[in-house]
Amino acid sequence: MANVIDELNREQLRTDVPQFGPGDTVRVQVKVTEGTRERLQAFEGVCMRYKGGSVLTRFTVRKISSGIGVERTFLLHSPKIDRIEVVRRGKVRRAQLYYLRGLTGKAARIKELRRR
Amino acid sequence: MSTGLIGRKVGMTQVFDGAGNVIPVTVVEAGPCWVTQVKTTATDGYEAIQVGFEETRRVAKPQEGQFQKVGVRMLRHLREWRVGDASGYAAGQRLDASIFAAGEMVRVTGISKGKGFQGVVKRHGFAGGPKTHGQSDRERAPGSIGSGTTPGRVLKGLRMAGRMGNEQVTVRGLLVIRADAQRNLLLIKGAVPGPRNGLVTVSKGLANA
Repeated sequence: MANVIDELNREQLRTDVPQFGPGDTVRVQVKVTEGTRERLQAFEGVCMRYKGGSVLTRFTVRKISSGIGVERTFLLHSPKIDRIEVVRRGKVRRAQLYYLRGLTGKAARIKELRRR
Repeated sequence: MSTGLIGRKVGMTQVFDGAGNVIPVTVVEAGPCWVTQVKTTATDGYEAIQVGFEETRRVAKPQEGQFQKVGVRMLRHLREWRVGDASGYAAGQRLDASIFAAGEMVRVTGISKGKGFQGVVKRHGFAGGPKTHGQSDRERAPGSIGSGTTPGRVLKGLRMAGRMGNEQVTVRGLLVIRADAQRNLLLIKGAVPGPRNGLVTVSKGLANA
């Protein structure tokens, strides 16, 4: 019985989303509807949280917008997202980067992950 | 006026609508059902259809005879729906999820989860007593249950602690998000009474006609 639910959930998963995780810098192209027109709006920042599974997978992106920290949480499989681009891989040692909230400027930088 | 299907609650999940909004849905495995008897004013004094669900191997002798006569397999659960005109139905007719369409309002009946013996706060929504200012043992108390010497008894029907749940509950005005006749699935917005695998009936319309 429970696999009926799994099946329904699987049908909703997007196959076009890239692999990324906390610490990575991502650019999320969000579909915004203004009246009848639809356009794309980019939200670029550090992924500070990536949690859930299946249809519930969600991630939070943090950016500094004109001096003010802005966090936005997206559903990974939402049809409102046009595409996700991974800009930069970051090297972090936490799954949730809540410590970024207390840091600004140079201190809030994340080292780039270098593959050997 | 109203027909419906008998089914089993599968569980809950969420789906995206066209605009990308998340809708919480209950998945119900509804049908296939068979019309096991058509009741008309001439024969029974009212118009109704009797519908059966879920094959089984053993039924009581009278039902076995009824199913043989109608030409359907032996069914475990029977329910009846009043209809305006039963002549549109034939005994032995198959009903499946295609009788519902997305965007339709339905009402769902099931047996709610048993909660056991519950106090007055959970069972009837009482506020309980004060939590502070020197109170002891009053936090979830029912308060006064009546007057003094007159009338000298507790009035009948006063809401008190007791068994909660495990009763028939009907939720009306639920929206069908998707009806899938191939897989016999109904996706209904919101919660539906009963545990997973519990028997539910899904009826068309907001009220019994």
